[in-house]
Amino acid sequence: MLYRRIQEWFFRALMGLSLVIVLGSLVAMLGVLAWRGIGAISLEVLFQTPKGGYYLGGGGGIANAIVGSLYLALGGTVLATVLSLPLALALQREYASPRLARLTRLTLDVLAGTPSIVYGVLAFVIMVRIGMGASLIGGILTLTVLMLPIMTCAMAEVIALVPREMKETAYGLGATRWESTLAVVVRQSLPGLITAVLLAFGRGIGDAASVLFTAGFSDRIPTSLADPTASLPLAVFFQIGSPVKEVQERGYASALVLLVLVLLVSVVSRLIGRRFSRHVIR
Amino acid sequence: MSRIAIRNLTVRYGKHDALRNMNLDIPDGKITVILGPSGCGKSTLLRSLNRLTDLYDEVSVEGQVLIDGENIHDPRADLLALRKKVGFLPQRPFPLPMSIADNVRFGPRIHRMTREDILRQIGAPADAAASRHAAMDLLVEHYLKQAGLWEEVRDRLHAPGANLSIGQQQRLALARALAVEPEVILADEPTSALDPISAQLIEKRFQALKEKYTIILVTHVLRQARRLADYVIFLYMGEMVEHGPASFLNSPRDPRTRAYVGGEIS
Ligand SMILES: Nc1ncnc2c1ncn2[C@@H]1O[C@H](COP(=O)(O)OP(=O)(O)OP(=O)(O)O)[C@@H](O)[C@H]1O
Ligand SMILES: [Mg+2]
Repeated sequence: MLYRRIQEWFFRALMGLSLVIVLGSLVAMLGVLAWRGIGAISLEVLFQTPKGGYYLGGGGGIANAIVGSLYLALGGTVLATVLSLPLALALQREYASPRLARLTRLTLDVLAGTPSIVYGVLAFVIMVRIGMGASLIGGILTLTVLMLPIMTCAMAEVIALVPREMKETAYGLGATRWESTLAVVVRQSLPGLITAVLLAFGRGIGDAASVLFTAGFSDRIPTSLADPTASLPLAVFFQIGSPVKEVQERGYASALVLLVLVLLVSVVSRLIGRRFSRHVIR
Repeated sequence: MSRIAIRNLTVRYGKHDALRNMNLDIPDGKITVILGPSGCGKSTLLRSLNRLTDLYDEVSVEGQVLIDGENIHDPRADLLALRKKVGFLPQRPFPLPMSIADNVRFGPRIHRMTREDILRQIGAPADAAASRHAAMDLLVEHYLKQAGLWEEVRDRLHAPGANLSIGQQQRLALARALAVEPEVILADEPTSALDPISAQLIEKRFQALKEKYTIILVTHVLRQARRLADYVIFLYMGEMVEHGPASFLNSPRDPRTRAYVGGEIS
C-alpha cells in the first residue's frame, strides 16, 4: 500500500517537474530576450534596413532580416507543403504497398534527423556546380528540402490515425480512393496537417545553418529571387557576436522578433486549425 | 437464379482460412441473418460481398461471388458500381467528418446525381425542386425520415455528425447508406454498440426496409435473429454448418448449431 502511494506520488512529482521545466524554459527564454533586447526595439529597428556603420552601432534596423526570413520560410513552407501532402497521402495503404511505405518512412526519418548544416553544404556544392550564387531562391529551395521530411513524417503520422472504418464507410458508399482521401482523410486529419506545416515552418524560420551559404546575407531587402537575402537567425548570430553593446542589444532584439514571429504563427494556425476541426470525429 | 450467389468461396488472411469453400444462394427481398460464434468469419463473409476485403493486407479470395450473374471478385468488375449496389453498415457507426446533411449527401454527390436523378430516386414530382441543391435538401429529408432520424435532427442539419449519440449515428449511417439507393444492404452487428431502444429502432427500420431491399445481417444476438430473420446461415470456424429458413433455429440438425442455439457456445 505504502509502496503504491509512493509510486503515485513519485510519478506525479515527475510529471509536475517536467511541466515546470518546459514552461520555465519558455518563460526564461522570453524573459532573457526581453530583458536584453526590448530596449533596442524601436520602429527604426523594425522597419529600416541597416544604414552605413550599422554593425558598429550606426543607425538603421533589421527589416532586411525580418522580411528575408519571412520570404525564405514562407517560400520554403509553401513548396514543402505542395510536395509533402501528396507524398504523405501516398503512404496510405491504398496507394503504397506496406513495404514501400515502410522504406519511405525510414528514409524520411533519416532525412528528418539529418543536421541542417549537411543540407546547407550539400545545396552549396550543387549551387557552385551549376554556377548559382547565394540567393533567395537558393535559400528557399534548401529550406524546402530541410522541411520536406519533417513535414511529411508529421503528416503521415496524423493520416495514419484516420480510422480504417471511416475510410471503409466512404468506400462502402462507392467513393474512389481520391474521393475518400479528399473528403474523409484530409478533413479528418486537417488540424494535424496544419500542425505539421507549422512545425516545419518553425524549424525553417529558425534555421541558420542551411541558409548560411545558400541565401547569404545582405543589407537590402531582396527584390528578386536571384538576390541574396538576410535572415533573422544569421542576424542574431552576427550581431550578438559583436563587441559593440548597441549591436549586441539589437541581436537580442532580433532573437526576440524571431521568437515572437514563431509564436504568432503558431497561435494563428492553431486558431485556424480549431475552426476546421468542427467536424473532426474523435 | 438468386441475385447473390456464392460459389466455392474461400477467404484467407495470410495462411489462415477465415472462410472455407462456401456455396450458397441468398434469397432476394428477405432478411438473411448470419449467426455464429466470435471469429467464425461472419464479418469476413460480409466484407467479401462488396469487396471491402480489398482494403486488408494479405487477404486472398478464391471462388466467386455472383451478383446479378457477374463475379464481383473478377479484377475487371466495376467496383464503384458494385459498392453503390451493395450498401454497408458497419458495426460501429462512423459519421464522416462533415455535417449531418453532408453525411447523407455524400453518396449522391460522389455519384454525380443530377436534379432529375435525385427527384426520380426519392419519388418526388419533377417540379418539386428548382435546383440540384434544393433537390438534395429533399433527398436529405427523405432518407433521414426513412432512417427514423428526421424529427430529431431537422433543426440542426448543419451540425457535425459527430455530435449525435451513438444510436443516432447508426441511423445516420443507415440514411447515408440508403441515399445511394442500394439494392442490397449488408449490416455487420449494426446494433451491438447501441442501447436497447436505439437497437429496437434500427430493427424496426430493417423490417420496413426489406420490402425494397435484400438485407444481410450479422448478429450475435440469437433473439434478434429470431425476430428479424427470414433465412439463417450458421457459420462455425470458417465453415457454413447449416442454413435454411429461420424456422430451422427451432430444430437444428447439426450438433454445433444445437450447441450454439442452446447457449453452450457463443
Ligand atoms: N485483417 C485480418 N488479418 C488477419 N486475420 C483476420 C483479419 N480479420 C479477421 N481475421 C481472422 O479471420 C477470422 C474471422 O474473422 P471475422 O472478423 O470474420 O470474424 P467474426 O465472425 O466477424 O467475429 P466477431 O463476431 O468477433 O466479429 C478470425 O479468426 C480473425 O482472427
Ligand atoms: Mg465481426
